[in-house]
Amino acid sequence: MDAILLQVLNGLDKGGAYALIALGLTLVFGTLGVVNFAHGALFMLGAFCAVALNEALTWEIVTVDPTRTTAWGTPLEVRQPYLEAQFGDFGAFLVDFSVPLAILVAIPFMLLVGVIMERGLVRFFYKRPHAEQILVTFGLAIVLQEIIKSVFGANPIPQGAPDMVAGSADIGAWFGMAGSIIYPWWRIVYFLFSVLIIGIVFAFLNFTTYGMVVRAGMQDRETVGFLGINIQRRFTIVFGIAAVVAGLAGVMYTPILPPDYHLGMDFLVLSFVVVVVGGMGSLSGAVLAGFLLGILQSFASMTEVKAILPGIDQIIIYLVAVIVLLVRPRGLMGRTGIMET
Amino acid sequence: MRKIAISDGDIQVSTRQLPPEGPEPKPITPAAKDWMLFLGFAATVLTMPIWLQPLGAAYPDLLQKFAIFGIFAIGFNILFGLTGYLSFGHAAFLGVGSYAAVWSFKLFTMNVLPAMLLGVLVAGLFALLIGFISLRRAGIYFSILTLAFAQMSYNLAYSVLTPITNGETGLQLRGNDPRYIDRAFGVESVGLPQTNLFGIDMSGYPGFYFCAAVLIVMFLIAMRIFRSPYGLKLRAIKSNQNRMAYTGFNTRPYLLGAFVISGMYAGIAGALLAVTDPLAGAERMQWTASGEVVLMTILGGAGTLIGPFLGATIIKYFENIFSALNEAELASAFSFLPPPLQEFAVTIVNPFVGEGWHLTLGVIFMVIVIFLPGGLVEGFRRIGRLFRGRSGKRTASQAEVQPAE
Amino acid sequence: MSTTDKTILTRRTLLRGTAAGATLLATPYFFTKGAYAQDFCNMPTGDTVTLGFNVPQTGAYADEGADELRAYQLAVKHLNGEGDGGMMNTMSPSALKGNGILGKKVAYVTGDTQTKSDAARASAKRMIEKDGAIMITGGSSSGVAIAVQGLCDEMGVIFMAGLTHSNDTTGKDKKRYGFRHFFNAYMSGQALGPILAEEFGSDRRAYHLTADYTWGWTQEESIKNATENLGWETVEAVRTPLGAGDFSQYITPVVNSGADVLILNHYGKDMVNSLTQAVQFGLREKQANGKNFEIVVPLFSRLMAQGAGEAIKGILGTTNWNWSLQDEASQAFVKSFGQEYGFPPSQAAHTCYVQTLLYANACETAGTFLPTEVISTLEGFEFDGMGNGPTLYRAEDHQCFKKVLVVRGNENPESQFDLLKVVKEVAREDVTYDPSIFGGELGPNVVKTC
Repeated sequence: MDAILLQVLNGLDKGGAYALIALGLTLVFGTLGVVNFAHGALFMLGAFCAVALNEALTWEIVTVDPTRTTAWGTPLEVRQPYLEAQFGDFGAFLVDFSVPLAILVAIPFMLLVGVIMERGLVRFFYKRPHAEQILVTFGLAIVLQEIIKSVFGANPIPQGAPDMVAGSADIGAWFGMAGSIIYPWWRIVYFLFSVLIIGIVFAFLNFTTYGMVVRAGMQDRETVGFLGINIQRRFTIVFGIAAVVAGLAGVMYTPILPPDYHLGMDFLVLSFVVVVVGGMGSLSGAVLAGFLLGILQSFASMTEVKAILPGIDQIIIYLVAVIVLLVRPRGLMGRTGIMET
Repeated sequence: MRKIAISDGDIQVSTRQLPPEGPEPKPITPAAKDWMLFLGFAATVLTMPIWLQPLGAAYPDLLQKFAIFGIFAIGFNILFGLTGYLSFGHAAFLGVGSYAAVWSFKLFTMNVLPAMLLGVLVAGLFALLIGFISLRRAGIYFSILTLAFAQMSYNLAYSVLTPITNGETGLQLRGNDPRYIDRAFGVESVGLPQTNLFGIDMSGYPGFYFCAAVLIVMFLIAMRIFRSPYGLKLRAIKSNQNRMAYTGFNTRPYLLGAFVISGMYAGIAGALLAVTDPLAGAERMQWTASGEVVLMTILGGAGTLIGPFLGATIIKYFENIFSALNEAELASAFSFLPPPLQEFAVTIVNPFVGEGWHLTLGVIFMVIVIFLPGGLVEGFRRIGRLFRGRSGKRTASQAEVQPAE
Repeated sequence: MSTTDKTILTRRTLLRGTAAGATLLATPYFFTKGAYAQDFCNMPTGDTVTLGFNVPQTGAYADEGADELRAYQLAVKHLNGEGDGGMMNTMSPSALKGNGILGKKVAYVTGDTQTKSDAARASAKRMIEKDGAIMITGGSSSGVAIAVQGLCDEMGVIFMAGLTHSNDTTGKDKKRYGFRHFFNAYMSGQALGPILAEEFGSDRRAYHLTADYTWGWTQEESIKNATENLGWETVEAVRTPLGAGDFSQYITPVVNSGADVLILNHYGKDMVNSLTQAVQFGLREKQANGKNFEIVVPLFSRLMAQGAGEAIKGILGTTNWNWSLQDEASQAFVKSFGQEYGFPPSQAAHTCYVQTLLYANACETAGTFLPTEVISTLEGFEFDGMGNGPTLYRAEDHQCFKKVLVVRGNENPESQFDLLKVVKEVAREDVTYDPSIFGGELGPNVVKTC
């Protein structure tokens, strides 16, 4: 029982990440009709917003101590954390909360990246075949990740969660089973955060006129265009929002998974599978599929399951994708005719 | 397979159905043009060891890779270029072909012909199975289905199927392999045996010429498919599948045929990889490897005959030559410049070579797709048009007949 | 000047003589192979000799590859008599003169393995076929090392393995032309076992998380054997997909499994991820069976440890070499590397540097580049002054036997490089094993033309 509960929890935080990435991907699919292979790179860029902020906050003043030498004979460099030296406890607080604070950096930055990407590149590809969209965004993804690699190196760079949520929660105690279900606070935070972001995006699309136009555009772009609405500019904003959502998913994921430059590619294929399973162009489908696949993946990793089906944890995601696509041709909640050709 | 073997007469029939051409000053029949293209291609491929010398690419391994990945991309183009179905799982067939070929070396004989036969057969069957399921869907759903199958194959080959694939290390030959047929004929060797074609070693240049010969044959077959009524039907599917369906035409068997043929091409390429270097690793099946062949095809020009080979050559060239440049070599390459300029040039170029070759590749993809959506073949065509000048308008429109679109 | 010319001349004559002798001996083989242009693969004919450095420049191990490349470039410098000479001054016995190898200046070519067997083999082939490399070295994963080693053996070019830890490299996949200085999983188990018993007692229940590929399996097996001999019990050994990223679904079952030690048979990115996540799940604060729960990472890498940050503090593991060692040789190497690049070398850099020097020295000692002679010289070569104490290149499996370091993540690092603290230097005798336990065959020592 507790093992099953734990795997559900595991699925929730993983699913949260899948859902957030797939949400942005589907938004871009549905409104702009663009297959964006650089979406994973946006997730990665978001994660590196957190890394960059942390490095900026932990910037060190290097002084040379001539009395001591390193093992290779040069004078020892003494490093003094700048913030903590200057601002004491407040500085330490900033460093501690660098990951959540990075959200403030990531929102404008990712919005900018998204808008530049859409205006500078993607808009020229609305009418082009999907294969060309894939190729050009794939090329962009490679360029972005190589730039990150040249700046931050190839090794993963772990980010700590703030101390107050760094430990684990004894969730079992809430149900009278103390000690049996221990779960890290940050993962719970991540799940709640993803639900919050998903809620905001849905509220924006459903309850604002702006969002309604976007949704109408997803249904039938031409008609909305006929109504004299500048759909072009709204689509730019949609692309920016998708980038921000992916970026925020990345920022908050850094304490769970130490980011490296390849993070985007690792999530790219997965998020495409999630989108397709959910149904192309269906936002709720993407969210549902994200959590569903996250939870299924967790269950497939249980020793009991693997004993019956060896290697199932390696292929579960793809197996589900195949079955869903064969049984429900347009994914769980997809509409007819989208992206068929 | 019967459909591929068509006579010259068929080609005439099929080309007559293409958009009408204006009166030509010099009557060259399309068939004769095809033969010129074919002979030109064969000559270019066979002389690669000579004309690639100044580019630093004329060594057996890279030449073999050019030919092998050329076959892979040409086969992929039969599916993607003609029907527009974008498969993201073709690397799986390549990998399966490699594994089958290595197993043939291990179990039967070091002769390459049975290995290639087995590679093609197994890859073909695998493609039949995956194609049969995946082709129930179209568009991006088809792409994801092929991707899913390929990733499952890769993940399983890497882990659970290690007894068959030898996992991370890759399937290798061993001295104590059974090799029943070889043993039956009393063939023994010192150390590990070499792959051979009736006694000719398949490493080094002989290996290249063997791959080149296969490439040329495969190119010819692809050309015949392109020009056949079958190829025309595939193109019709690409341009409007619904219309085809309304006319009561069942497209599925034709698509499946194209899928299996391109899977067999991949199988041949995989088997040749094993022939020139008898080791089969799982990462050959990874989705990035499938992506690579997509990139090769589009880079060169999807739907064109020569494009995929061109794209394959360029990507492999970058992977092998650009990645090997280091600062010291750059410095000597720019040594004709005065020292400050030399230093400047090295600083500018360095991030794009060696460990930065991925960056170069990414930039090239973007540039090609943005400015030359038809791939390099279109680029050459534009240059050709430029040279022919304004008077060559008629010839230009005639050149339009060549591509698939 | 004239004297050096003379020595080269005599050495060349000698070289020719040996090569001719070898040719005579190998005549029947030559007929089948059709030798024509040269006596052996890439026989150096000019006044330079080319080495091939095949390291990962892209992919997850790119940082380690970069460090390996630094070490190689340093070794080339030292061999050519530039710089302070590093460990060339401490190596004994040494025939190195600081004028290249056998009087020929050392040149090198580089390539990217991408940590993929195919790419690594393609890159090695380019070095051999195009650039005329006479020796290939490098690698940072066992799959790649084994694949390249196999290729080099086929082509008759010596392969000096870089970072590869699998038992298979010098076990079931050993090759006559392949040599490994780095230690292996079996030695990790042998070295780590007694320390684990000392620290955690002999009544422990271990849970393994293992990367699901050959290296992971050999390490799991080695550690399992070593700990079970101590009286430990293995609760469960779970295989995780390579590059799983999030390991939470594998870590949560550990909590209630009744185990009190978690052994992470992961390396690289997987190690950083699984370790940080295990710490997040509170495993280190946990009590189980009335004992403190412990985590063990059998193979450490300082470069990756830099990534794991806080999580690595206090964790036990093994390493081939660490820059904090105080012996004269290690200090000389750290000094020379640190002055060149501004930071200390990693264990990957160390093993690569040593391998290059060992190859060069074997050529000098043999007086020829002829691979069969170089191989015979390296086989059973006993040396010291390379940072690991007295070391033997065992003839039976081409594996180096030397001290193994048991290390612990440093609780109070003095600098960002000071991450591992040496707990114990386990003596060579304690990690030596019978070469026959892993099977495999070296194959014949014959000259090949590529």
